[in-house]
Amino acid sequence: MSDEKLIDETQSQSVAGMEALRIEVDNKENSDPSKSDKLKVDILLKATGNAPIMKKKKWAVDAEKPIGWIMEFVKKYLKLEADEKLFLYVNQTFAPSPDQIVRNLYECFGTDGKLVLHYCKSQAWG
Amino acid sequence: MANDREVLREIWDGKLPICFHLAQEEIMEIQQPDPFYVMVPRLSYFPLVIDKMKRHFLRFISQENSDSEMWLDFNGQPLKWHYPIGFLYDLYCGNDPQLPWTLTVHFTKFPEDILLHCPNKDVVEAHYMSTVKEADVLKHRGQVMSTMQKKDHNQLWLGLQNDKFDQFWAINRRLMESHGDNDGFKHIPLRIYTDDGVYNQRLVCPKNTDNSRKTLQQMISELYPEKSNVNLRTHGVIIPPETPLQWLSEHLSYPDNFLHLCLC
Repeated sequence: MSDEKLIDETQSQSVAGMEALRIEVDNKENSDPSKSDKLKVDILLKATGNAPIMKKKKWAVDAEKPIGWIMEFVKKYLKLEADEKLFLYVNQTFAPSPDQIVRNLYECFGTDGKLVLHYCKSQAWG
Repeated sequence: MANDREVLREIWDGKLPICFHLAQEEIMEIQQPDPFYVMVPRLSYFPLVIDKMKRHFLRFISQENSDSEMWLDFNGQPLKWHYPIGFLYDLYCGNDPQLPWTLTVHFTKFPEDILLHCPNKDVVEAHYMSTVKEADVLKHRGQVMSTMQKKDHNQLWLGLQNDKFDQFWAINRRLMESHGDNDGFKHIPLRIYTDDGVYNQRLVCPKNTDNSRKTLQQMISELYPEKSNVNLRTHGVIIPPETPLQWLSEHLSYPDNFLHLCLC
C-alpha cells in the first residue's frame, strides 16, 4: 500500500511539473511531441525464471529514459554482479533494445496505465 | 498481403556504395591504407557486411587494438549497428545525398554512451528476431511468430544475412498476412525519426474510424497536428502522402518488419 501512495505523490508532482513545462513549451512554440511532455510512466517489474523478486515492484519512471537505464537500475536494486546478465521483456514476448525509450513502449504496449516488464537472469522468451 | 512483388524486389535490391577510411589517429604504419570500397545491401546491418573491410585495415593499426571492437562514424556521428544501413543513410544523408557514402573506421575510444556493443553476429540476430517479434505483437498479437517453428525463424534470418530474397520472403509473407475478417493489421509497426536519431513509436491503426484505409497524410495529421508540411522518407524515397499505411507496411517495411521513416 505504501508503494501505491508513493507513486500517487510522485504522479501528482509530475502532473504539476508537466503543467509548468507545457507553459514553457507553448512560449517557445516548440511543440514536438517527443520532447514537450516531461511525463512519468508507471512501470511494473515482475520477476520470472530464476530472478529474485523485487520488494517494490511499481515505479514511476521518467518517460524519456532508455530501457538500458532500467536494466541497470534493476541490476543495482537486486545487487547483481557487474558481469551478471539481466533480460527485460515486454508482453512476455520480445526484448526491447536497451536504447528504446520507455515512453515508446508505454504508448504501444502499456495496459491499464502502466507498462509491465518481466525480468530474468537468463533468456526467457528467446 | 504483400502482392506487389516488383516493389518488394526493388526494395530488396537497393544497394549503397560505401567508402571506408581508417581514422587517422588509428594508423600506426608509415604507409597510409587505401580506402576500402564496397557495395552493400540497404536492408542489411553493418556487422554483416564489414568482415573484409576489417581485415583490410587490421594490419595498419596498433597490435594492442586489434581485438577491440570496431565502430563507424559519419561526420563524427557514431553509427548504430542495430539500425539497417539504408535507414542510417537516409537519416544522415537523406537531404544531402553523397555517394559513395564516406565513413570512418575506429578501433579505439568506443562511444559507450551512444552505441551498443556487438561482440558477434549472434547479437545482431538476437536484436533482429526480437524486433520482428515486437512487430508481430503489433500486427497479429504475436501469434504468427509464436506459431512458427525455430527453423522458420532461422530461415528468415539466414535469408536476410545471405541476401536470399526467395528464402526470406517464403517466411516473411506469413508475417505480412492479415488475420480475421480484417483486411489489415491490428496496428502498423513504425518508427518515425527526427534527424538526431530519436524516434517516436505510437499505436497506429491501418484504418480510420469509418473503416476507410488510413493514408500516410492522415497519420501525419494525427501524430503532428501542429505541423503543416511534413514529409517522410524511407528507402531513399519521399513517400507520397496519399499512400495507404497498410500497403506501405506490407511493401516498404525493413526486414525487421518495421517501417523506419525519417522526418524531413
